Amino acid sequence: MVVEQVLFFALGGMLLLAGLGVVTLKNPVHAAMSLVLTFFTSSMLWILLRAEFLGIVLILVYVGAVMVLFLFVVMMLDINVTPLREGFARFLPVGATVAALMAVQMIMVLSSKHFGFDQFAQPAAVTEGSNTEALGLELYTNYVYPFEIAAVILLVAIVAAITLTHRKREGGKTQNIDKQVQVRRDDRLRIVKVASESNEGGGT
Amino acid sequence: MDDLVLVAWTLLKVLLVTVPLILCVAFYTLAERRVIGYMQVRLGPMHIGPWGLLQPFADVFKMLFKELVIPSNADRFLYVIAPLLALAPAFAAWAVVPFSEGVALSQIDAGLLYLLAMTSLGVYGVILAGWASNSKYAFLGAMRSAAQIVSYEIAMGFALVGVLIAAGSLNLEKIVLAQAGNLGFLEWFWLPLLPLFLVYLISGVAETNRAPFDVAEGESEIVAGFHVEYSGSAFAVFFLAEYANMILISFLTALLFMGGWLSPFQGLIGGPLGAPSPVWLLAKAAFFMFCFLWFRATFPRYRYDQIMRLGWKIFIPITIVWIAVAAVLVVTGVLERGT
Amino acid sequence: MGAITHYLKSLMLKELLVGLSLTGRYFFRPKYTLRYPEEKTPKSNRFRGLHALRRYPNGEERCIACKLCEAVCPALAITIDSEQRGDGTRRTTRYDIDLFKCIFCGFCEESCPVDSIVETDIHEYYFEQRGENVVNKKQLLAIGDRFEAEIAAARALDAPYR
Repeated sequence: MVVEQVLFFALGGMLLLAGLGVVTLKNPVHAAMSLVLTFFTSSMLWILLRAEFLGIVLILVYVGAVMVLFLFVVMMLDINVTPLREGFARFLPVGATVAALMAVQMIMVLSSKHFGFDQFAQPAAVTEGSNTEALGLELYTNYVYPFEIAAVILLVAIVAAITLTHRKREGGKTQNIDKQVQVRRDDRLRIVKVASESNEGGGT
Repeated sequence: MDDLVLVAWTLLKVLLVTVPLILCVAFYTLAERRVIGYMQVRLGPMHIGPWGLLQPFADVFKMLFKELVIPSNADRFLYVIAPLLALAPAFAAWAVVPFSEGVALSQIDAGLLYLLAMTSLGVYGVILAGWASNSKYAFLGAMRSAAQIVSYEIAMGFALVGVLIAAGSLNLEKIVLAQAGNLGFLEWFWLPLLPLFLVYLISGVAETNRAPFDVAEGESEIVAGFHVEYSGSAFAVFFLAEYANMILISFLTALLFMGGWLSPFQGLIGGPLGAPSPVWLLAKAAFFMFCFLWFRATFPRYRYDQIMRLGWKIFIPITIVWIAVAAVLVVTGVLERGT
Repeated sequence: MGAITHYLKSLMLKELLVGLSLTGRYFFRPKYTLRYPEEKTPKSNRFRGLHALRRYPNGEERCIACKLCEAVCPALAITIDSEQRGDGTRRTTRYDIDLFKCIFCGFCEESCPVDSIVETDIHEYYFEQRGENVVNKKQLLAIGDRFEAEIAAARALDAPYR
């Protein structure tokens, strides 16, 4: 148990530090990397809680795919730190309000007797088999419609994003790779038999 | 006290896997030069040690004693940490690789997912190296490699979905045991999942940025890609990560599609030849490792847009179709589900 | 139709397998590599390498300072000074070859009426200091003395064709 506790506090501390880094670091790439660390440590915490499926999927989806694409965009930015600070005073009231609201909500959820932990039934621990299997069974039986609808919504979002950016441009030169790949030698190459010049004229 | 013993024992086991792995990488670099040399009708390194066997150590010492150059205006912290970020997942993935029945660092039930997660992390080393170097070639290489790895990961993941449908488990050991049977190597998953097997193998080559998918390095176009600015030991670490990843992909292909430690003659003949043994696993992995070198010696580099087309327009449709086919095979009972 | 058959054909990876089998066959071919310092290719007796000045069997140097080699040298690598010796014969006092200028064309050897300047088959030599590339008469004679047997043998082999 000692190891587990040490791990928990180490990971928790790292998680908090990394989360702090996300909002305080000036360099967007550093901030994005802090976010990666945040995801990573929180997934470790989940694994400590025996939720290995969620933990690994968090790494796989958010760290492995989403954050990579995020970094992709962030790295392309021309980072200039000073203009980033300008709006600070202007947006301070709004930001403070949101932060206060969130704090109030957290306090309500964590401390009130209506929302407290003891108000809810303890989740049944998965004792046998992996929770991957349990989750899969739940998702594809009891919750199959919400699951499929979520998938369709994501698909719609992808299609929408593509159609928004996809437009025909005049005069653009595009390559048709399918055609290029299908080209055989015989389509392009013609071997011509050329009669060799006679040497009777006494050429050099 | 028990915890300390546990930690020490775990560390020892980790060393038992990583030290041979590093040695394996060292000799793999030599094997690469020898094999490609042989295919180009020359001998490759022959002078250091008998048959050039000490060449990797000479290379390592050379690298270690070289100066570590950090470009001006580079992001020093990320620049230094990038090689480690490339190396760590390449090694961490070995935690769930079983070498024989019951012989693995950790037998977690979500082993396959863990592997996917770890291999998807390797891209960070590449991206950060490219960005932190403050060099346009490195940056171009990083962008290419990131896009390529993210694309091929999908095809790779789908290929693994086929495997887990056939095996009925995410645990690597159970996946291997699901391939046991009485028909020798015909029982392995490569036969019912042949398209997925090929897609996985090819995506594995693309995922490790090896020829013919090595546009991230692309010597003739962008010098050396993401690691142009790296020298000495930092470069050696990138090298180590790349080769460790290749070895990992070879082992995984052997485990997932080629029956792991099961004998190719299982059920057909008795005796030691028909019995499962880690030697079979090593032999199969060695074959796929050889294939990596073979591909490099054979194929010219893909054009970048064609790589993307291959990943998105060919591999992903094929894998989706074959996942459906595999599901039908399992439901109709043609393919016996493992557990 | 063609596109579909082509697509299906490309899925068979036939072209890739053809390529792989080619490199696979080359894998087992005998290798051309020569492990140089230990193994060497045979050299022609006409090989044109490092220069040497020869002597007659009685120890007298062959060179008569006719300066034909200096005149024919296309790279102007040879420098000769001469004067009369005590016994009335004309001899060189200076015979320098700048090996950086020399293109090893062999004209000096061809032009020599007494077979004095020759090119040996030595090609493994090096200089450690600037200036060592200019070899003088003493060095050239020393090379000739040391390798006279090989030089004579090579000339004898080539004699029928001259």
